[in-house]
Amino acid sequence: MHIPDGFINAGTSLGAAAVAAAGLGVAVRKTSAYLEDRQVPLAGLVAAFVFAVQMLNFPVAGGTSGHLLGGVLAAVLVGPWAGAICVAVVLLVQALFADGGITALGLNVLNMAIIGSFGGYLLFALLRRILPRTSGGLTVAAGVAAGLSVVAAAAAFAIEYAIGGAGGAPIGTVAAAMVGVHTLIGIGEALITGATVGMVLKVRPDLVYGAHGLVPEPLLSRQLQTKPAGS
Amino acid sequence: MKSSVKLFVLGGLLVAIALALLVSPFASGNPDGLNKVAIDQGFDDTAEQHALEDGPLAGYGVRGIDNQRASKGLSGLIGVVATFGVGFLLFGALRASRSRRPTADRT
Repeated sequence: MHIPDGFINAGTSLGAAAVAAAGLGVAVRKTSAYLEDRQVPLAGLVAAFVFAVQMLNFPVAGGTSGHLLGGVLAAVLVGPWAGAICVAVVLLVQALFADGGITALGLNVLNMAIIGSFGGYLLFALLRRILPRTSGGLTVAAGVAAGLSVVAAAAAFAIEYAIGGAGGAPIGTVAAAMVGVHTLIGIGEALITGATVGMVLKVRPDLVYGAHGLVPEPLLSRQLQTKPAGS
Repeated sequence: MKSSVKLFVLGGLLVAIALALLVSPFASGNPDGLNKVAIDQGFDDTAEQHALEDGPLAGYGVRGIDNQRASKGLSGLIGVVATFGVGFLLFGALRASRSRRPTADRT
């Protein structure tokens, strides 16, 4: 999903960079307003974890692979604002590895950090309203939002290609192929995001930003069992 | 509470390092979704060479290490540590920017 330089022309890349910069500007302002001390190393960890898992390409159909994008994972763990910054940091460090173009950085930040974390978290929040307020419901909401965010990023690329793509490939075919293959990759994204969020919820639910208002069932039943005896 | 967050972060970092160092060398080497579409639709040759294509870490390898798996794993380790470092400093700076405004400070 990392766009190299050349796929999309300079004007479109610049426009995307402006939108991405505006989004990151909001993220920086919001993050500096809510970030607590203990979330500083946590946000660093989330960025490092996303970097690591982005290296783990898994095979999907027909000689193609995919990997986690991590926007929703980061957003659920540390909030959409810090989450977008986490993914942007990952994309920046990946330039050292010659992964993702330099002039295409704005496009990649827009597709993966802004759409992934802002858009993905919005989906996650909507899904949480209709799903049970349990850790299971939260895990499913995170997974489904993550999967859909990958499809959204693929659709965003198709739009960017329609505006300023090189090589003259038919837009409709590119869009269908991108959305098709990223629906499969999105399943992987959903599984990895769900598994990771589920694991953190088990170990440290208090560290999960998206778990506000969560009713931890085991904890609740334990309290109900111990309270009458204690007081 | 504070120290247990540190413990969690330390544990998480160890998991990330293990994934990047030990698992990533065995990840699929097939083109990813976007690259595959570009190849199939014939616009993959429009990609320009990356400015850091000749860099010491280009393509997730450490230059000078011939063993491909060791090279990729080590590049992953460097990437995880670098990402944590950049993130930690950046988020630390964002957190610190609030402390300078006493009215916005939380108790």
